[in-house]
Amino acid sequence: MTAETLHRLQFGFTISFHFIFPPMSLGLGLILMIFGWKSVRTKDPKWRQLSLFWTKIYGLIFAMGIATGIVQEFQFGTNWSVYSRYVGNIFGSLLAAEGIFAFMLEGGFLGLMLFGGQRLGNRLWLFATTMVVLGATFSATWIIMANSWMQTPGGYEIKDVGNGDQAFMTSFREVVFTPSFGPRFFHTLVASWVVGAALVLSVAAFYLLRKRHVELAKTMVRVALPLFTVLSVLQIVVFGANMATEVASNQPVKLAAMEGVYEGGTHQPMTIFGWTNPSTQETTGLQIPDLLSLLTGQSVDTYIQGLDEFPADDQPNVNLVFQMYHLMINLGMLFVAIGGLACILWFWKRRLWHTRWMLRILVFTVVLTQLATLSGWWTAEFGRQPWIVWEQLRTEDAFSPNVSAGQVAFTVGMFVVLYVLVLGLFLFLLDRKIRQGPPDPPDVEEIEELPDSFGEIFRNQNRARSRASATTSRRS
Amino acid sequence: MWLEQLWFVLYVMIIGGYIVLDGFDLGVGMLGPIVGRSDRDKRVLLNSIGPVWDGNEVWLVLGGGALFAAFPLVYASLFSGFYLAMMLVLLVLILRTVAIEFRSKRESERWRSTWDWFFTISSLGITVLLGVALGNIIQGVPIDQDGNMDVDLVSLLNPYALFVGITAVAMFCLHGGIFLTLKTEGELLDRVRALVPKLMVAFFALTTVLIVWTLLLDQPLTDRYFDRLWIGIFPALALAAVLFSWWQIRQGGYLVAFLGSGATIALLLASVAAGLYPVLLPSSTDVAYDLTIENASSAENTLQVMTVIAAIGIPFVLAYTAGVYYFFRGRVVLDDESY
Repeated sequence: MTAETLHRLQFGFTISFHFIFPPMSLGLGLILMIFGWKSVRTKDPKWRQLSLFWTKIYGLIFAMGIATGIVQEFQFGTNWSVYSRYVGNIFGSLLAAEGIFAFMLEGGFLGLMLFGGQRLGNRLWLFATTMVVLGATFSATWIIMANSWMQTPGGYEIKDVGNGDQAFMTSFREVVFTPSFGPRFFHTLVASWVVGAALVLSVAAFYLLRKRHVELAKTMVRVALPLFTVLSVLQIVVFGANMATEVASNQPVKLAAMEGVYEGGTHQPMTIFGWTNPSTQETTGLQIPDLLSLLTGQSVDTYIQGLDEFPADDQPNVNLVFQMYHLMINLGMLFVAIGGLACILWFWKRRLWHTRWMLRILVFTVVLTQLATLSGWWTAEFGRQPWIVWEQLRTEDAFSPNVSAGQVAFTVGMFVVLYVLVLGLFLFLLDRKIRQGPPDPPDVEEIEELPDSFGEIFRNQNRARSRASATTSRRS
Repeated sequence: MWLEQLWFVLYVMIIGGYIVLDGFDLGVGMLGPIVGRSDRDKRVLLNSIGPVWDGNEVWLVLGGGALFAAFPLVYASLFSGFYLAMMLVLLVLILRTVAIEFRSKRESERWRSTWDWFFTISSLGITVLLGVALGNIIQGVPIDQDGNMDVDLVSLLNPYALFVGITAVAMFCLHGGIFLTLKTEGELLDRVRALVPKLMVAFFALTTVLIVWTLLLDQPLTDRYFDRLWIGIFPALALAAVLFSWWQIRQGGYLVAFLGSGATIALLLASVAAGLYPVLLPSSTDVAYDLTIENASSAENTLQVMTVIAAIGIPFVLAYTAGVYYFFRGRVVLDDESY
């Protein structure tokens, strides 16, 4: 294998592995906020019990995300030094901004969130959770900004001031709000929420199947199922569709590869599933006439550019992008079906609690949502090839020339072994935590005594004491 | 241009923040097998850093990001040039996270002692590698005219760099040891208290040898000290801080001693940085290939944006870092949520 292939293999492998975790923490974070909010509003200890259980799992996921995330931040410099010099002025500042704003917010409040169950009252614990979730969302924002700049660069000029070609910022606003940023941000965020909801659903369905923690499991379903179903529908109808329209206008060759459009024209059909054949330049499979044109421009007469309009060496690997994209789309459709069906069974005299086949499907759904987010990410990244910065810098010109293929081969092996070990441990512990189940419900009076405002923490007194003193002062 | 100078200072401060903060939790990791006897001891050690270690490590992430943003050419040359060493750093960072997270998740004695060793060895590994990196930067690295270098791992591990690594081990062990005097109780505390003075002697002796060795080396750092004598204030203050810390340990003022050891670490880094300035990455091939704040920094407008971001972000960062440390002050109490 050439050095370029090895560098790409390593980056692709490590970032795909990393990308298992952030969507889960974003999505689970949202659900933890719902649990926390319910705790504050209802004071019912079951919500705190759920928070205690899921916060532990959140901690595990979060730690994996941080450990694998540092690898990504280092790898631009280690493996893609030409790229790093080229984009340092722009891409580097987005990564640094992520570090300052987002990562610190998460890192700073994570301790409070993870250790808050025994130490903080409902409101303050919700506050810590909210700060961590906000931090994670900011983090995703900056990273998607940076990645969107690679997809649809803006606000820059290329100059050589003695260090080879480099991108210089001309407008910070255009750098952060590139044309693809908005659609990509919402699409990714909603996808992450779907993953989080599916994770909670999956564990709840497992408990219902085993007839353990049944009441808590039903509560989890009541929160996660509506979220999962509504978000899956919105993803297809609004955010996913938006994303496809954006790609059509900013990266037409990528859209042509995603949809397998070899020849440009109006009245383009949409392929549901199929196969692209580069030698005959044809896409075969189940197709719905005119639909692609209709969805892209709201009219069957919309002209869709085909691969024939682009030079061969500016095209991505068509079948790969096509298959990844269709895997994502079809999984998305499947989620709507699963969510819809589960909702029907739920509304229909609560049959869902006893419908074993549906519960089994729900247990497995979280894996499918992971596959969907990964295949979506792969569509975006494989579809960007052969460019590392869209139409500016080719991937083949961007890797570190001073790192030998042998060294990269060694580290690819190192990461494969390490990540297989880490994934195995992660799944093992996740499984154990799920089997152990939620802790006993906390005592309401004890929760009342925990500090629940910053004033109480810093005055170093708890509620009981302040209540007691309030009573005494009234008496006197 | 003053922005480049500002970012040189900010960058040194971020790295300083990282080694002061992560320094003590790496030290706790390395001291594990020395002061921890029982499983309970090991859990107390782990939980003494439990709520803060990942926040501390984020400073390293910040360091990576800030280097990429402010001095992209240094980021590209240093990280690709030290390829295998950087990959080793990543390996031990991940192993350390995994060890901390997974250690107490099972009752099995073998499971726990295995992860205890992973925790200790990875803490040691990170510390030595950081020291080795600094040692090589002080000596200069073989950068060519394109800013590239290809250094194999074996030549990075030269005697001087390794000695910097060993000194860093003593420094972080001392820092971590003083931290543990604030966090532990009973026999464990007695063992820690007995160890701290020995660590202080080791650190003092190693640092003295290191300074003499550095002066004997043929590198431009010493010349810069003679050119601008006023920067001698940094090593002088470092010496004052370590002596103050020593005095406080003898008085039993461990919290103040901990601040003193933190200041010592920061001031030693400042001493190196002051001697390097304006160079970030000295070339051993030719002084003309040095990566400096002038030829390796981002453009002015990028640095302006970064300065605004830092001005908004860093006060918040400092405020909640302080808040978290305040909230988790006091000795370790093990409960359901502990590691």
